[in-house]
Amino acid sequence: MVSFINYLINGLSLGSIYAIIAIGYTMVYGIAKMLNFAHGDVIMVGAYIAFSVITTAHLPVACGVLAAIFGCMLIGICIEKIAYKPLRHAGSSLAVLITAIGVSYFLQNVALLIFSSNPKMFTPIIPMTMMTIQFGVFRVQTISLVSITVSIVLVLLLQLFINKTRPGQAMLACAQDRGAASLMGISVNGTISLTFAIGSAMAGIAGVLLCSAYPTLSPYTGAMPGIKAFVAAVFGGIGSIPGAMIGGLLLGVIEIMGKTYISSQLSDAIVFAVLIIVLLVRPTGLLGKKVQEKV
Amino acid sequence: MKNRMTSMTKASKDNLGTILMLVAAFVIVEILRAAGLVNAHMDGMLVPICVYATMAVSLNLVVGILGELSLGHAGFMCVGAFASAFFSKCFENSMGVFPRFLLAILIGGIVAGIFGFLIGIPVLRLNGDYLAIVTLAFGEIIKNLVNVLYVGRDSAGLHFSIKDQASLGLMEDGEMIIAGPQGITGTPFNSNFVVGFLILLISTIVVLNLINSREGRAIMAIRDNRIAAGSVGIPITRYKMFAFTLSAVIAGCAGALYSHNLSSLIATPARFGYNMSILFLVFVVLGGIGSTRGSIIAAVILTLIPEVLRFMADYRMLIYAIILIVMMIVNWNPKSRAFIQAHSVGKIFGKKKTAKSGKEGA
Amino acid sequence: MALLEINQLSIQFGGLRAVDDFNLTVEKGDLYGLIGPNGAGKTTVFNLLTGEYKPTEGVIRLDGKDITGRPAIEINREGIARTFQNIRLFRQQSVLDNVKIGLHNQYVCSPAAAIFRLPSYYAVEKQMNEKAMELLSVFDLEGEADTISANLPYGKQRKLEIARAMATNPKLLLLDEPAAGMNPNETEELMADIRYIRENFDMTILLIEHDMRLVAGICEKLTVLNFGRILTQGETKEVLKDPEVIKAYLGDD
Repeated sequence: MVSFINYLINGLSLGSIYAIIAIGYTMVYGIAKMLNFAHGDVIMVGAYIAFSVITTAHLPVACGVLAAIFGCMLIGICIEKIAYKPLRHAGSSLAVLITAIGVSYFLQNVALLIFSSNPKMFTPIIPMTMMTIQFGVFRVQTISLVSITVSIVLVLLLQLFINKTRPGQAMLACAQDRGAASLMGISVNGTISLTFAIGSAMAGIAGVLLCSAYPTLSPYTGAMPGIKAFVAAVFGGIGSIPGAMIGGLLLGVIEIMGKTYISSQLSDAIVFAVLIIVLLVRPTGLLGKKVQEKV
Repeated sequence: MKNRMTSMTKASKDNLGTILMLVAAFVIVEILRAAGLVNAHMDGMLVPICVYATMAVSLNLVVGILGELSLGHAGFMCVGAFASAFFSKCFENSMGVFPRFLLAILIGGIVAGIFGFLIGIPVLRLNGDYLAIVTLAFGEIIKNLVNVLYVGRDSAGLHFSIKDQASLGLMEDGEMIIAGPQGITGTPFNSNFVVGFLILLISTIVVLNLINSREGRAIMAIRDNRIAAGSVGIPITRYKMFAFTLSAVIAGCAGALYSHNLSSLIATPARFGYNMSILFLVFVVLGGIGSTRGSIIAAVILTLIPEVLRFMADYRMLIYAIILIVMMIVNWNPKSRAFIQAHSVGKIFGKKKTAKSGKEGA
Repeated sequence: MALLEINQLSIQFGGLRAVDDFNLTVEKGDLYGLIGPNGAGKTTVFNLLTGEYKPTEGVIRLDGKDITGRPAIEINREGIARTFQNIRLFRQQSVLDNVKIGLHNQYVCSPAAAIFRLPSYYAVEKQMNEKAMELLSVFDLEGEADTISANLPYGKQRKLEIARAMATNPKLLLLDEPAAGMNPNETEELMADIRYIRENFDMTILLIEHDMRLVAGICEKLTVLNFGRILTQGETKEVLKDPEVIKAYLGDD
């Protein structure tokens, strides 16, 4: 029982990291109507930025985290402006998808050139002396609690931002009808940039959390969590922020439980199998809206 | 009626052009090889190029003709590769090379087709991005399962396990055929450029002939307007299944070609993971969605670029990424597209049907 | 026996009864109009008839056979074909291929024959081409057989949709605002075309239209819908004089 709860907490911790990444995916999908396959690699960039600041330059952890957030934000905006914006009116969402894959290759290879393919040992953001916390019979990794807390705070902040502020309302408007939004005087370009900025900043945070929990960092670190987060976003109903949160948490728990109780080699297969079953029962994800085509 | 005749020849002329292009490319490469102008490295690229071009033809059938996004095609290739290599290993010493390899290719295609059919049943009920992610999921599951599959053989017959080698309980005379994460080693090295070319050529002819037929038109009708297709009585599910399964068969044949070109066949993410599926998708989109010829050309060019860039050493994959982004933007940005069409530079990528895809009606 | 019999047809969307207690009898050979203000539920009736929506209540019979709630594909095979208010062509395909897709179930050719280009493939293609050109010539579209359908002018797109529906060899043809977006000349042509297919193809036609000239010009009988219910039903001349109808269209004053 004790170990079950520990695994559950591990699962929630991993899941909350997936959730943070998935929210970025889902926001970009909802507003820019594209699958940003490079999103996972922004996580890796964030982790390398934090690594450079904390481990290489020996600056305080807070500086590293902030640098990761703002660095990713900047990179996210640049990616959108340079690679995606020219294709916004291409009439094919596939074209942007492929460009996103190009951007993903680009980020991986830049990282490969700068940091080489040798994995780096990431210094966790939690001091060595506070790695675990004891609650009665439970010994919990501090980073797990931090991840879960951060993800909850981020989701709440994001919900507040979207529902209570003007830029947030503009995002909702763009998600629903970009053309109408621009007729109402909303800057669509600005709103899309803002979306990428927020999504990428969250990827930066996810990068730091991910590498604190699993401290090996390579140019391909972001790829698999990126895909998993994408799965989580679809799982929850793509375009829905609470859906991404729930999808991420469920995915993390399923992955850790599958690894522990069924087979460590098959954990990915289990995650994907659950996704397939969920989509067959609810074809637009857990919280996705069913859109019927008007005849 | 006169009009009709000219367009008949136009469609078949276009197909003939694609086939002639393939044959001409084959002849040129063979001449260069005979003249000793192809270095060993490039020579080794020929079979993979055929594999990837065939995969592009296969995926174009699903993405371009059927209009559904599949991100799991490497999974079908994986099934074809392992099924055919398994067959070849089992009959390595009991059959002649030619019939064995031919059967291996067919088995690769058929087994992948069965997987395509079974996976198609749930997958094709979904739409758009949801369909895409489920194909990705199936592709990853296939790769994952192959990695835990152990098959051995001894005088008592075949033994299967998904745990480890020991649990097979092989006798003294036993041999491993599929060794989990070590995959299949020692598949007979039967693939060569001629076979590869033939597989590519046949796949291309099959797909092109299909497109210009009653079935092909029905499939494209589903892509263009599902509701209208239903309203004229097209059995939508049946044709979706048909296109998806046929595409899986072709991918399986490509897989067979691939596995008989490797001394050790391992289901690594780099070979059969979603990255590979996405690479095939890159071929299709860059080649102009729906254009079989364009898909083949894009597959060849994108496979050769990293080799051509070899002199740039560490920078080559970076340059590759930049080339990909730039090509996509140049090819798809409405402004640059108008420029290309006005100056007809775009011809090399084959005919792109340019129906303005805006919102329909009011 | 009437060709089409609809009894007490209703459909509920959430709290809204979009069509309520709808009854209609169309005899073979009728040219029947379904009119009413925007949002009256006319297209919903079509969607119920063609299996896009399943009715909450009621029975639809075609030639005496109950087809209520069957899927669109089967209903087409039973003999109902339609056009759409917001044109739904196979936009990336040629005009000829659009009609050939409509002919899909009229001709049989195995996929193997197509893939291996057996003689039967060429024979069937030839027959389909001839039949399709014949249908296109009814609508004066044979000159544009090779045009990509999305590039046709609007009026011709509407005609092509009718040709495609005709290709499925229906007993009953449903036209959803066939004259929408057409200029007066095109509408005149369309009226002649509709009369022509009725006479020469033995067609029964039920159409939705707002253009009163077309309705008064070719429809023999009318049903007027308002707020999902039948306002009145009968001979065209009588119906158009009905003060209730005038009120529904023009308001109370």
